Amino acid sequence: MSRRETRAHLTVPVGPRDHASGPENAPLTLVEYGDFQCPHCRNAYPIVKRVQQQLGSRLRFVFREFPLTQIHPEAEHAAEAAEAAGAQGAFWQMHDRLFERQFALDDDSLVQYATDLGLDGDRLRGELDAGTYRTKVRDDFMSGVKSGVNGTPNFFINGVRYDGSYDLASLLEAVSATQEA
Amino acid sequence: MKRAPDFRLPSGPGTFVSLAELRGKPVILAFYPADWSPVCGDQLALYNEVLPEFEKYGAQLVGISVDGPWCHAAYSKSRNLRFPLLCDFEPKGEVARRYGVYNATAGTTERALFVLDADGFIRWSYVSDPAVNPGADGILEALEALGQPGGVHEPA
Repeated sequence: MSRRETRAHLTVPVGPRDHASGPENAPLTLVEYGDFQCPHCRNAYPIVKRVQQQLGSRLRFVFREFPLTQIHPEAEHAAEAAEAAGAQGAFWQMHDRLFERQFALDDDSLVQYATDLGLDGDRLRGELDAGTYRTKVRDDFMSGVKSGVNGTPNFFINGVRYDGSYDLASLLEAVSATQEA
Repeated sequence: MKRAPDFRLPSGPGTFVSLAELRGKPVILAFYPADWSPVCGDQLALYNEVLPEFEKYGAQLVGISVDGPWCHAAYSKSRNLRFPLLCDFEPKGEVARRYGVYNATAGTTERALFVLDADGFIRWSYVSDPAVNPGADGILEALEALGQPGGVHEPA
């Protein structure tokens, strides 16, 4: 009977296909696999913001899609909407909006958020209908599965899965204590 | 290689699944401690989501715990699970014991994974910390190692 190493590693390194906030050469990289309809991800959202504020340019934050669509029926389109907004240069604005308005993630709301952010809402609706970003979302999801993501939110700090609590003190300490790359 | 001990367990009120009837395709056995506990929920929700990837290898996933058929039925419905949950309910934990993954102190199975090949041999197994969801990466690596993506093994 094998007991595998519990600290999983990121199998797909951060690259140009990712949405990253912070300097590319930052010594610390925090990757979140998240689901816009997941209440725990919603709880983690302001905490990640605080970690970003505290660490400033030492930190690069990356968000990858991990929608659990069987328990969160609106998570897939929310993820695709974030990607669609990203194609219009506004991934992070949409990311924030989706978590802040997690109570309303139906398609009409997603299009409304795009319009509110000054984006082309019709284009976003068309891309949702066509499933333009379904493959990107699935690729993110599978990169997470293969890296040992076991729920949401799941964080990797400089490529190593973080299994601790995501309250501010714990997450900040874990990130700060990581050997800078 | 060890042949996986056979079993026949209820999969719901009045329905049964036996390991023998799954022969001919890879089988994933996911023993988990209990319905409704939060970690299990995450684990089974994840497998539910990854199911199409398991199916690419022609694999059948079954979950096994000591919970009874009505409990499984309610749990499965609430989580929209698309794979069977089997009841190692009477005699309690008997199948888990045969696989060496019964925790008599807790009165539940361990959190343990087995990947069986199409001929019913155990090709990979893993016992996780009960508090840590083991994820799906190990299962996928094991299925890949069976070397039969996309297809069901043809018995000789």
